[in-house]
Amino acid sequence: MLTVAIRKNLPEYILDIEFAVTNKVLVLFGPSGCGKTTILRSIAGLTRPDSGKIALGQRVLYDSNAAVFMPPKSREIGYVFQEYALFPHMNIAKNILYSVNNQSEPQQQNYSKLLQLLKIEKLTERLPGELSGGERQRVALARALMAEPQILLLDEPLSALDIQTRSELQDELLKLQQAWEIPFILVTHDPEEAHKLGDEIIHMDKGRICAAGN
Amino acid sequence: MFDWQPVLLSFKISAIALVFVVVIGTLIAYLVVRGPFRFPGKDLIETLVTLPLVLPPVVTGFTLLLLFGRQGPLGRLLNNVFHTQIVFTPCAAVVAALVVSLPLMYQSAKAAFQTVDRHLEDVARTLKASETKVFLTITLPLAWPGLLSGIILSFSRALGEFGATAMVAGNIPGKTQTIPVAIFFASESNDLRTAGFYVLIISAVTFIMVFGVNYWSRRKMQRLNGRG
Repeated sequence: MLTVAIRKNLPEYILDIEFAVTNKVLVLFGPSGCGKTTILRSIAGLTRPDSGKIALGQRVLYDSNAAVFMPPKSREIGYVFQEYALFPHMNIAKNILYSVNNQSEPQQQNYSKLLQLLKIEKLTERLPGELSGGERQRVALARALMAEPQILLLDEPLSALDIQTRSELQDELLKLQQAWEIPFILVTHDPEEAHKLGDEIIHMDKGRICAAGN
Repeated sequence: MFDWQPVLLSFKISAIALVFVVVIGTLIAYLVVRGPFRFPGKDLIETLVTLPLVLPPVVTGFTLLLLFGRQGPLGRLLNNVFHTQIVFTPCAAVVAALVVSLPLMYQSAKAAFQTVDRHLEDVARTLKASETKVFLTITLPLAWPGLLSGIILSFSRALGEFGATAMVAGNIPGKTQTIPVAIFFASESNDLRTAGFYVLIISAVTFIMVFGVNYWSRRKMQRLNGRG
């Protein structure tokens, strides 16, 4: 279980939020600039909140009172960006295997399984520049899951895609979540997507929770 | 028979200067663009590094002479610690080449690091990469075309340095007489054949280097951008 209770002064408002997520898809829903991305970046360790605490099970990732700040590389938290953020100078196989140093047997199986599930077996030798948006986001998902994260953060992962690709990938996200059995936190400003994917939805506005529900 | 000594000397001096220029220029640029902290005097350092680009080289040479001369602060330090003087030695030519070519390396490196998408570095961090791994596998390869063009530009600039070199290193054949200095003194003494020969060599070398790096980086960019 991930518990988050953080505060951070942003230029236009104060982000002040508290929630917990277990093994399901939590959607952070709200207009652009309401602090959703800041929450994800804080959980991943890419941004430092001003105060509060973030814990993943027994592991404390951040605690302002105890001066704990675990660096992102040790947090075991996957992050998928809206613009895919694939490494443009590495082929697809190298992108997906970036987090793996010496491939073990289970990792090899994990890799094959991901390629198959996300239908990207044929792309491994290509460069990211040669792929379509949907293909790139599949690769980004595979790369994040290859690192065996305890939780996966998705920042508007589908909003740059066309409607049909988006709908396909929504189904696949749900399948992946069931197969991996880890919490997903997904940020979106699309109400339809929020309802389709979210087991639980947190409505946000200007850094605060205005409603939460199933 | 032409004297090849100025050519060899120019390459030697520029190569030694280049090593320092690349290390110092890249390091300062990286700290300015990606430094985790705001270091004091950032603007001052940036200005000092860039100044030799716009100052007349003679002014740079004059300043170096003041600093490294027998009575200058750095000259006295060298004399007290190492019992040596660098003015009118090949060392002074290296220092002059270093100072005038550093701005080109610094500016290229700064632009190169600024073009690297921070999301790529962030996503690498979430994929268990240490800061060293992020730099070596993401930042450096993506900034490489810009860094390489900085390396070529500053080497070419070092090769062509005349004003500051003539002030602090002089015109001692075999010791401090670089190509540009040789060109100046050959044409002063109306030896246009010798001057022309050196002009041809330095123009050809710099043309090939700059053309080569432009061609290479355009190809590389096209390959990475793909269908966009």
